[in-house]
Amino acid sequence: MQNKKTIFICCGTGCQANGSMKIYQAMLKAISGLNLDVEVIPDIKKTGCHGLCQKGPLVHIAPKEITYIHVKTADVPEIIERSIIKDEVIDRLLYFDKQQNAKVQSKSDWTFEKKQYRIALRHCGGIANDSIDDYIDKGGYQGLEKVLKTMTPEEVIDVIKKSGLRGRGGGGFPTGLKWTFAAKAQGDVKYVICNGDEGDPGAFMDRSIMEGDPHTVLEGMAICGYAIGANQGFLYIRDEYGLAVENMRKAIADAHSKGLLGKNICDSGFAFDAEVVRGGGAFVCGEETSLIHSIEGSTGEPTPKPPFPANQGLWGKPTIINNVETWANVPVIINKGADWFAAIGSEKSKGTKVFALVGKINNTGLVEVPMGIKLREIIYDIGGGVGKNRKFKAVQTGGPSGGCIPESKLDLPIDYDSLIAEGSMMGSGGMIVIDDRTCMVEFARYYLKFLSEESCGKCVPCREGIKSMLKILTDICEGRGQAGDIELLEEIGAMVKANSLCGLGKTAPNPVLSNIANFRDEFEAHINDKRCPAGVCKNLTKLYIDSKVCIGCGLCVKSCPVGAISGEKKQPHVLDEEKCIKCSSCRERCAVDAVRVR
Amino acid sequence: MSESLKIRTESLEIAQKYQPKRRYLLAILQDIQKHYNYLPAEAMETVARYLSVPLVKVYGMATFYKAFSLTPKGKYIIKVCDGTACHIKGSVNLLDEVKMILGIEPGQTTDDGLFSLETVACIGACGLAPVAVINDEYHGNLTPASLRQILEQYQGGMKDAK
Repeated sequence: MQNKKTIFICCGTGCQANGSMKIYQAMLKAISGLNLDVEVIPDIKKTGCHGLCQKGPLVHIAPKEITYIHVKTADVPEIIERSIIKDEVIDRLLYFDKQQNAKVQSKSDWTFEKKQYRIALRHCGGIANDSIDDYIDKGGYQGLEKVLKTMTPEEVIDVIKKSGLRGRGGGGFPTGLKWTFAAKAQGDVKYVICNGDEGDPGAFMDRSIMEGDPHTVLEGMAICGYAIGANQGFLYIRDEYGLAVENMRKAIADAHSKGLLGKNICDSGFAFDAEVVRGGGAFVCGEETSLIHSIEGSTGEPTPKPPFPANQGLWGKPTIINNVETWANVPVIINKGADWFAAIGSEKSKGTKVFALVGKINNTGLVEVPMGIKLREIIYDIGGGVGKNRKFKAVQTGGPSGGCIPESKLDLPIDYDSLIAEGSMMGSGGMIVIDDRTCMVEFARYYLKFLSEESCGKCVPCREGIKSMLKILTDICEGRGQAGDIELLEEIGAMVKANSLCGLGKTAPNPVLSNIANFRDEFEAHINDKRCPAGVCKNLTKLYIDSKVCIGCGLCVKSCPVGAISGEKKQPHVLDEEKCIKCSSCRERCAVDAVRVR
Repeated sequence: MSESLKIRTESLEIAQKYQPKRRYLLAILQDIQKHYNYLPAEAMETVARYLSVPLVKVYGMATFYKAFSLTPKGKYIIKVCDGTACHIKGSVNLLDEVKMILGIEPGQTTDDGLFSLETVACIGACGLAPVAVINDEYHGNLTPASLRQILEQYQGGMKDAK
């Protein structure tokens, strides 16, 4: 059996969108039709996200460690023929690593992987996402068994405290300390909640963990249950995350059947159960108190803290809420010890962080890196630099609660505290790379529009303040900006930050304030010159074709949805400004950068 | 059986899969939304009675959470992703194109009941940005021109509803 081959097919959402389920089906069909020797029949496993979503669907073959990218159903027979029956590598399907200037056989040798360190994502892509046996084979549930058989609840909390683990949902509150509060709180009934309401646009690590490695989340929650004296867990998961809900429900049922959830787990007398609650689609429900109200069957509006959920949470009982990624770290810390974990990362931020590296970057996907790594290393070494060879402008972290970090700060070591010092924050880990064709005014407006729709409306500073700021920004983007607008934005922003009830409002002005601080000249160009330098704001943009640069290839003509471009082949083309709707399709398509912004 | 009575009977059946406790209100409404593609008034009344919750609370839930709609949705639901990655890769241009072709705004349904238009804040397929989802089918790396072609296929009845 040792020679048995395994095919891992990424069935995370990114790869599924690219058709990986069809490949999975085609693999099964191709194998069953072949009449192979039993020895050759490979295990075909659906897995969670491998990381490099942009190159999907990804197919990995073990033990020879071959990774194929952009696999199509038409490639399946050849893969079976050459890489399963024989041991050949199909060069055509390998990843071309620009940094190494060569094709690379195994994903572990990609430059994309070299600087990564996987703890939370350790199993994603390497185990079947619906198999408890795979998880157990990799050492799963050993952490739970260890705490139940050999540790007191106090010792468990002590390990988590010493490890320095901080909440991965954004705030970075020390996890062990939070658990202490709940452990000390009076009451027979306590609850553990997993916050899987990942609402931050541009972040999808929690989804990938729940889809690809659901048992690690359950194990982490059960360990916490033992430590604080809770017997019931809830997983609040966005209803849009259908696959995550499905896999998590199956994981709960499987854990029950193995006696790893339910009564008397591992003959210890400890009981713990878990239940999935589907979220209703409200960003504010990522906030602890809102999430609790949502589970209780109410509208997800926040309530003031204190009382903190650790003392009075779900149905008034002491409750621990941690984020998906935090839970995924817990079993590893228990197994490998606090000292091992505390040795990774920076002084005040221990361990690793998963980022969703997206936007104008060559390698889009999920990456997990040690805390304290420099932004430059993430963007250039792992991400392969800015796409289409355009100029780097900024990187946005922390989603709607964060801010933009400009090129001058690229050598910043990334941790909770350094990002806050720069007016941004860690947030859940979205990392959006922006090039010179993104307008920073419009980008700030984008986040505010999102937040104005998601503000629950309970407190006035958030509800009305965001609305006013959005109106000013919309005016600026549409050419009605006036002198004094920037100062007014700063003033209202400070008020909203200081006076809002919950985290949504307290951080809502960040994207605007940080963009003003770092890119004030762009705001001024909009207001004073009525011009959008990035060519995004349509009222303030005029496109033209530079006749000295245009080679007359005609690509722009095909890309234009309104027929505004004309010209003879191999002659400079002309853009009709009257017809142009400024969608920039031609500018994106042009290979010689001849479409310019006036 | 009148349409109204039918909805009451069906929605009670859906609700009875859960115990009559307030905490199941969200889940019951989600199941009803999935069944009808919206929340009929009769269904909300039925649920309120089943859980002994004031109707206004049910209505509050229905209007607070994005998952719910009070009006029927179209045969094809076009979700243009406006997550951050899609946004900076031109999702607004996609949205403008759909608005122009169908003559509806986000949240609306065409008169023939064929299309509903929605925007979503990130569906987690950022590697394929900009993305639109029509019913369950993902379309990635879109341009206004390519999205127009896809829509024309649906309009021409070349695609069957899933």
